[in-house]
Order: sequence, then C-alpha cells, then structure tokens
Amino acid sequence: MVGNRFTPYLFLAPALLATAAIVLYPVASTLWMSLHDFVLFRPHSVPFVGFGNYARLLADEAFWISLWNSFVWVGLAVGLQFALGFGAALVLNESFFWRSAARALIIIPWALPSVIIGLMFTWIYDYNLGLLNDLLLRIGVLDGPVAWLARADTALLAVVAALVWQGFPFFAVVILAGLQAIPSELHEAAEIDGASRLQRLRHVVWPGLKGVILTALLLRTIWVANSLDVILVMTGGGPGYATHTLPLYAFLRAYSGMEFGYGSALAVVLTLFLMALATVYVRRTMREAFR
Amino acid sequence: MIERRSRLRRLLEIELPALLLVVVAVAPYVWMAITSIKPDSDIARFPVVYWPEMPTLGHYADLLARTSFPKNLLDSLIVATCASLLGLGLSVPAAYAFSRFGFVGRRFLMTQFLTINMFPIVLMIIPLFVAMRALGLLDTVLGVVLGHATFAIPFAIWMLTSYLNGIPKELDEAAMVDGATRLQTITRILLPLAAPGIASTGIYVFVASWNEYLFAMMLSGQNVRTVTVALQLFIGEYTIQWGLLTAGGTLVALPVTILFLFVQRHLVGGLTAGAVKS
Repeated sequence: MVGNRFTPYLFLAPALLATAAIVLYPVASTLWMSLHDFVLFRPHSVPFVGFGNYARLLADEAFWISLWNSFVWVGLAVGLQFALGFGAALVLNESFFWRSAARALIIIPWALPSVIIGLMFTWIYDYNLGLLNDLLLRIGVLDGPVAWLARADTALLAVVAALVWQGFPFFAVVILAGLQAIPSELHEAAEIDGASRLQRLRHVVWPGLKGVILTALLLRTIWVANSLDVILVMTGGGPGYATHTLPLYAFLRAYSGMEFGYGSALAVVLTLFLMALATVYVRRTMREAFR
Repeated sequence: MIERRSRLRRLLEIELPALLLVVVAVAPYVWMAITSIKPDSDIARFPVVYWPEMPTLGHYADLLARTSFPKNLLDSLIVATCASLLGLGLSVPAAYAFSRFGFVGRRFLMTQFLTINMFPIVLMIIPLFVAMRALGLLDTVLGVVLGHATFAIPFAIWMLTSYLNGIPKELDEAAMVDGATRLQTITRILLPLAAPGIASTGIYVFVASWNEYLFAMMLSGQNVRTVTVALQLFIGEYTIQWGLLTAGGTLVALPVTILFLFVQRHLVGGLTAGAVKS
C-alpha cells in the first residue's frame, strides 16, 4: 500500500499516548511506590525503603492468609465455573425447539454488574429474611437459619458460589462456539463406527476443544484472580480475614489503610503471580493472530 | 413405541437439564425483581412470601422521587457513553494501523496491548487516584472516563483489529487504485463495512463501563456518582431497605442485559481473540 513509512505510527499515536498516560505511568508509579514508605496523609516524607515493603510481606500473617484464600478462591471458582459451563454447553449443543431462548437466558449472569450480583446474593443469603435459609429450612436440611456471610467457615464458599453463578455463562458460550466448530461429519463417522456417546466425547469432541478450553481457562483464571468487587460488596473481606484475597488485601491496605507503599508491594506481588499465566495466554493468542 | 421412548429420553437427558440451567441462571435476578415489587410488610416476613398479594411499584416511585438515583443514572449514562466514544476514537485508528500496515514494532505493540489488558486493577488504581487528585480530575466525568479507558482501549483495539482483518484488503487497494485518497478510502469503504464491528465494540465498552465499580468508586465523589457506586452506598445507608435496593438493582441491570444480548455473538471472537474459529 502507498504511504509514508511513518503513516501507521501516526494512526497509532493517540492510542499509544493515552495508554502511556493512563496505564504505563500508573504501573511504573506503583513499582516506584512499592519501594517507598508512602502513606497518603504524610505526603512530604516518602523515604526509600528498597525491598523493605516486600520483606514486611513475609512476616505479615494477613498476606499469607490472603494468598491461601486466593488459591482456594481461584481453584474453586474457576473449576466450578468450567464444570458447569462445560455441562451447559453440551446440553445447549443438542437441538430442541426452545434452544435459542435457553442460550439467550443463560447469558444473563454474565451481563450483570458485579455490585448487583453482590447485592442479589447478599439478599439471598440474608440471615433473617433470605431465600436460601427459607428454602433449606422448608425442606428440612437446616434446623435453624445460618448467617452465611458472617461465619468464617461459610463466607468464602458463599462468595465463591456467587462468582460461579456469574462466570459459568462465559465458559458455556465459549465452549459452545468451539463445539459448533467441530464438523458434524466427524460425529457421524464416529457414530457409524459404533462409538458410544462417551467415546465420541473422548475422541471427537475433546481433541477439537482442547485449545479453546485452555485459552478460556487461562483468561478466566487471570480474571478471577484479579477480581475483587464481588467480595468487596458482599463481605468487605470479613469476617476477620476469612474472605481476604490478594487483590482485595492490596486494595484495602491502600484504600482504607492509606498505606500506598505497602499496598503497591502487594499489588506487584499479585501481578508477578499472574505474569506466568498471562505470558502463556498472550503467546497462544499471538500465535493464533499471526498464523 | 421406540419413537415415544426416545422422545422421553430426550426430555429427561436434554430439555430437563436445560430447563434447570435456565432456572439457575435467571433465579437470582427474578428473585430481586420480585422483591422489588413486594410491599415492605411482605419483605420483612419469614418464612418468605414468594409472591406478594398486593404487588406495588412504590419502591420504584420512592427510588426515583426521593433518592439521588435519577442523577446517578444520568451520570452512568454520560460516563459510559463518553468511555465508549473515547475508546472507539482512539482504537479505530490504531486498529486500522495494525490491520492494514506492516511496520516495525507491530507485533510487539499488539502484544503489549494484550498484556496490559491482563493487568490487575489494583496495580493501576492507586497511582491513578493520586494523579487525578493532583490534576483536579477527581470527581469529574473525565476522571472516571479516563479510568475506564484503561480497559476500554486495549480491549477495543484487539476486537476491532480482528474485525478489520476480516475485511479483504483488496477492497481498499482497489479504491486507492481508482484514485481515492487514504481518508476517502477509510471513510467511504472501510468504516461502512466495519460499522457492525465498531458498533458491537462500542456497546461492549458501554456495558463494561456501566457495570464497573472500582474505578468509579475511587475516582468519583459527590458531583459524579455512577449507579454501581450509588447502589453500594445504599447498602450502607439503608441497611434494611431491601425494597429500594432491589428496585435499583433491577433497573440498573435491565438495559445492559438487553445490550449485552445483542453483542455477545461478536464478543466470543474478541474475548478469546481468535481461539474460537467462527
């Protein structure tokens, strides 16, 4: 194509400048802050502490609890979202007359704002008036109401359940699209060869879906590991540290504690953990994009 | 006989699970909507009243007449519209460059835009807050919009690049051979063809901005307050006013759910960026 060799950079310049200002500058600034003892209400005394904030982490019990909770949170939430979404995709891949309505309705949780999801589930989990206690008492599973979000042993699971609800449609939609990309001739050939439904799943569906599933899992793991709004709305991290995850702890230290230096160090540690996953995802996607 | 049995089997193996899934997917939202039309006396009763004898729109009337909610809706509308327009304004030219030119640093820059999309919000939000405070942009529409641009720009660039890649290059080459300038080629050939992709990208950014909470909470205040932040404040302010809260939640979720249903088909490709071949 004709044109000056600077033309593409001209088209890119606005986006690059904006990104440098609102993404790269903040990230660099977070790295800088993480090496300083920066407290908001003491803006003129910001001593350099080197890796002091990071050293402090190691002795911080709340950090270790948050880290462990993050693993539980990501493992359970992503695992269950995937299982439910995979099941949903298999069901919705069959034909029945109200299938398109079912497909549309199933996406609703994905579209809702996290704050509303937090709100809805807080209401459902309510100790005095909640739907969950009501239903479980009626069918006799519970003898008395449970304060789902206020008990250390149920709070994290209750929030995970809300996130599973929010996230399973993503897997359902992505896997369904992958299923439909598998040519129907393959299914027919396998059926003629006498393959059972399970064998077809193993030898026809799985090889065709592997790539899609891995990408979706990576993307979702990164997303869930980063997300803190649903927890923030539902429990604020409590009771105690029961629902503290790493991003939430970083946010609370910076926002409520005004300890920007320490909060930044926590954010950097979270990013380092995710970097490995993000690298794999980015590599795969770039390979696809530049085939 | 065989026919009927297999029909029953299909019902049990496919339609029943599908129905269950749909119920799971919509139940919390439906429950919120039902709660919003219950009179306070019904809301406060246990065991739970599943359907009110006297449904009421009173909570909606209260919400719109007695709280700041209408102003919050307007703020959210303005912020999401601006975020969407800003995102597109910066991303359409960038996507054009990525899609139509080969240049030094192309692959590197595309990788960077994909990578920053993975950055945790907590990595950026504190310095953004400090910078906005220094620039006097806290509690302004521009401040919140710039916060939302952090995810809007990289996402829109990727989605639009993949859409533009689907439009054959020969079309713009033919136009330029016929004597059209680059600008004419873009505005008369490429943009009309890319309109559906641009529209879905814009709608997706709108929905994401409307739904966003953390940036809006950190960067807004008394003057500009989006609905998600306002609702969260209601939770603290009126702890037991579930009628108001559920009415607000129902209203906030409705428009974006409808918009989202329109664009989700395009979204799958953008989200997994080519992993699903449609």
